[in-house]
Amino acid sequence: MIYLCIMAGAEKTNGGSCCASESASASAGCRCPQNEVSGYINTKAGLIAKTSAQLYRNDYWGEIKSRLSAFRNNYAVVAGLYAVGEPSEDSDVFVSANYKLSFDKLRSALAGISAWILVLDTKGVNVWCAAGKGTFSTEELIKKISETNIDLVVRHKKLIVPQLGAVGISAYKVLKATGFRVLFGPVYAADIVAYVNNGYKATAQMRTIRFNITDRLVLTPMEMLPILKWYPVYAAAVLIFFGVHGTGIVFRDAFYGGAPFLFFGLVSVFAGAFMTPVLLPFIPFRAFSLKGWMVGLMAVFLAIQSFSALPVSLKVFVYLFFPAVSSFAALQFTGSTTFTGMSGVKKELKYAVFAYVIIGVASLISLIIYKSGVL
Amino acid sequence: MKYLAGVSTLQLDSGRCTGCGMCAEVCPHGVFAIADAMASITDKDKCMECGACENNCAFGAIRVASGVGCASAIINGMITGGEPTCGCGPNDSACC
Ligand code: SF4
Ligand code: SF4
Repeated sequence: MIYLCIMAGAEKTNGGSCCASESASASAGCRCPQNEVSGYINTKAGLIAKTSAQLYRNDYWGEIKSRLSAFRNNYAVVAGLYAVGEPSEDSDVFVSANYKLSFDKLRSALAGISAWILVLDTKGVNVWCAAGKGTFSTEELIKKISETNIDLVVRHKKLIVPQLGAVGISAYKVLKATGFRVLFGPVYAADIVAYVNNGYKATAQMRTIRFNITDRLVLTPMEMLPILKWYPVYAAAVLIFFGVHGTGIVFRDAFYGGAPFLFFGLVSVFAGAFMTPVLLPFIPFRAFSLKGWMVGLMAVFLAIQSFSALPVSLKVFVYLFFPAVSSFAALQFTGSTTFTGMSGVKKELKYAVFAYVIIGVASLISLIIYKSGVL
Repeated sequence: MKYLAGVSTLQLDSGRCTGCGMCAEVCPHGVFAIADAMASITDKDKCMECGACENNCAFGAIRVASGVGCASAIINGMITGGEPTCGCGPNDSACC
């Protein structure tokens, strides 16, 4: 297969040395046909790849996969300049990250508009995270402005950056270094057309970050999966605990004794990493560890009803340990919300870690009591 | 939705503020209001310390200790004794 590569505006056909491997293509600064690219447009700065506002089945499937796995971290498009529709020298330039989902959201929001998209190299991370990490940055934007010769492509001096990019991009510094004026567009790509039609003014609503139930729901798989990776280890520990006796290993005991605990384990993760994020605003307390603990406690209370024959020491263990697991799982969600700040999480952690240690020790004691056969 | 009260490190130095309005434009939580060529903080507890305002105030009127509000990152920082970082690497959890 012959790939077409464009390096510094010069057209080259290439047997694959630059396009065959993803990393090589990115580092060589050449653009290879990906499924986002539908052709090329001629400008004073050379050929620019065209992309469509239309998403295809592959794009949607990719989004689903990326929500479910760490694969999303490598879900990148090649950085550089793209054309949507038939843009001219006067068309707007929208800046994006090279995380494919960010890029896809932007280009599909531009349906019906002819514009340029300037994709920064954020190592395949979305705008929000990349801005926090320093890859969606003032320096990277300045670099891409000069690399793509965008001043030859458009006559104006205006770049539209998603508002959340303001964490990484300093408009006054970009202006000083390049002469380009950065306008911060709406938080959500879906508001772009309204923003443009509103004379490049974002309303207060477009400026505000939301965090509604769907936003939270799509995040839950990545809350649960990292914790569930530990489930086999946990299950093994449970079976060993109930199966090993002074007299040897009893498989029947391992299973009958352990089954409720395998179930409680799932219930507590579900309570902390799914129920808590989804019901977040309706759960009392502001601290996530308390929210998670409360939901976990209720879930454990319901779950334990079917196992009323448990000895007291194990009941104590269940009420100590599993709500704490939910609490810990819920605490992880602070990393995904749009309203928790570092100082708050630090403060919460100071108390939470202390509580987890105490609860851990107490749980261990209750297990020892159970094994010793006292209660 | 609001997180813990009274923890944000956001600070506004009115002496330096020119009322340009940039902070109000970039803040995703509507923390700033501009009146009479002067910015003011409406509700500090809404601030999530993202740092967008400080980064875009050309007059150095805003200070905020920004960083990742992510428990696993901060725990990592506690264990390794370094700055909290949110890996964003292939093994990273939901932080990004
Ligand atoms: S960006 Fe700075 S100078 Fe401008 S209104 Fe805000 S605080 Fe004042
Ligand atoms: S740090 Fe972020 S959330 Fe806080 S006031 Fe500044 S822009 Fe708003």
